Amino acid sequence: MEKYLIVSAILFTIGTIGVLTRKNAIVIFMCIELMLNAVNLTFVAFSRYLGNLDGQVFVFFVMTVAAAEAAVGLALMIAFYNNRESIDADDVNLMKW
Amino acid sequence: MDMILIPVVNMTPILPEIFLSVLAMVLLLINVFSPSGKKSRLAYISFVGIVATAVLVGAGWGCHIESFSGSVVLDNFATFFKMIFLVSAALAVLISDQYMEREGCNHGELYPMILFTVVGMMLMASGTDLMTIFLGLEVMSVSLYVLAGFNRANRKSNEAGLKYFLLGAFSTGFLLYGMALIYGATGTTRIYKIAGILGQMTLPSSNIMLVAGMLLMLTGFLFKIAAAPFHMWTPDVYEGAPTPMTAFMSAGPKAAGFAAALRILLVAMPTLQIEWSQLLWIIAVLTMTVGNITALRQDNIKRMLAYSSIAHAGYCLVGFAAGNSTGTAGILFYMLSYAFMNIGAFAIVILLAKKGETNGDVKDFAGLGFKHPVLAVAMTVFLFSLAGMPPTAGFVGKFYLFSGAIQKGYIWLAIIGVLNSAASVYYYLRVTVYMYMKDSTEEFDWVQVTGPVALALIIAVAGSLIPGIVPSFILQFAQNAVRLI
Repeated sequence: MEKYLIVSAILFTIGTIGVLTRKNAIVIFMCIELMLNAVNLTFVAFSRYLGNLDGQVFVFFVMTVAAAEAAVGLALMIAFYNNRESIDADDVNLMKW
Repeated sequence: MDMILIPVVNMTPILPEIFLSVLAMVLLLINVFSPSGKKSRLAYISFVGIVATAVLVGAGWGCHIESFSGSVVLDNFATFFKMIFLVSAALAVLISDQYMEREGCNHGELYPMILFTVVGMMLMASGTDLMTIFLGLEVMSVSLYVLAGFNRANRKSNEAGLKYFLLGAFSTGFLLYGMALIYGATGTTRIYKIAGILGQMTLPSSNIMLVAGMLLMLTGFLFKIAAAPFHMWTPDVYEGAPTPMTAFMSAGPKAAGFAAALRILLVAMPTLQIEWSQLLWIIAVLTMTVGNITALRQDNIKRMLAYSSIAHAGYCLVGFAAGNSTGTAGILFYMLSYAFMNIGAFAIVILLAKKGETNGDVKDFAGLGFKHPVLAVAMTVFLFSLAGMPPTAGFVGKFYLFSGAIQKGYIWLAIIGVLNSAASVYYYLRVTVYMYMKDSTEEFDWVQVTGPVALALIIAVAGSLIPGIVPSFILQFAQNAVRLI
């Protein structure tokens, strides 16, 4: 039980660090997906441990939502790329302070 | 063979949601068969649909029905918040058509997206299961990402959408991790059951998993309501998004974030109140101060209103930190009035801007008071209400929020709030000074007030004034709503 939680916590941290340090928007998005999947692992581990299915049901919803988010997110990135010829997070710089 | 028992489900609590979702899907179909240039009809249909939903929601006042084995509830708290969402959506739809026509991006998908956002927000307000609340939040957020980046040809709108998406999804990760830890600590996702389990714990604040879960989940909600230090996305997204959508985003989703956070913290975690109210004390002070101080030096009016919306979230957090009935009723009251006054102010910004969102600086308001006296008076009402001057709704709302804090014994919090409110008068009145005391350089001949926008302005002015003059009427509803959570 603890092992699963530790693995998922490590995965979550890797995802967070990736979001904060990476520059390419698609890689940032992949790191976010990693965070969500770390959460899924936590849910499943708890669900097994507690012996009820709520956590696993939750995981299904998280996966569905992640798919919807991916569709919208990639569409936004394409729109951005069309206007800017770049998907680098450093180019998201029109508005400051 | 085993029989599978299908439980009898009472659909009444989610009738408005079902109605709106079906309407949105029908609108998507109508959109396909509407030639471009004739998308206004979608705006009319969705406005009528929103009014019809408001009637449906209003009919549920006073009911208390739990359904879907306790994951959705219809109570006055949910009903009040649903009304706030519907008001902000209705006003947003009214001011959208003219703007989108001018910017050349009047795609019909806008209106169904607004309706889907409202469905998500409604589920957040009536959800009593972490799962329902999460799904509502995501339905709302995913639609909002699209709305923020709706003007595909505009670079700023692209940026707004992308930024909102990346940071929003990032915060969702934290929210979910928090929910997972709470599930692990309590073994359930139902809010009322969590409350029961926490009530039996001898010292819930010593349960690290539970406290960490609460903090992570709170991070997610604080992001949605744009509280400092999770506010960095707000000014950029609000500036870049199409103005009607900025207006909508600043009113509806903020209220939805408060609805879900209030229900989770007040219902499920009253035993941890000492912990979360101290935390919210600090965040309220930070949010108010950061919002107001940065708003002081903004020249772009959309950006100024964005920072001011951070400050307003801070005022509401004052009532939240208090956590008593006066404070929470104050949040409900304030969120409703804020929807009217803020969307009203944005409506004027839309009217004054030219194609491509130029002409959006405070100095561009110079002389408006002489060229368009009616618009200037309306803007003055909105700004006075935002600044919190009597006899407007903003004043009464702040009065209840701060008196909630005083009742709780948070005297310093109330004092900091009032000082902040005084500082905010500067940047609101600066616009008024430009409107009435500077000579105009422009003729404002491009300003056209079409029917829907005029209707939106009338509703918004009424909504910013009437609750200020006769506050007891709406306050009674708000107090009723929080009593029975």
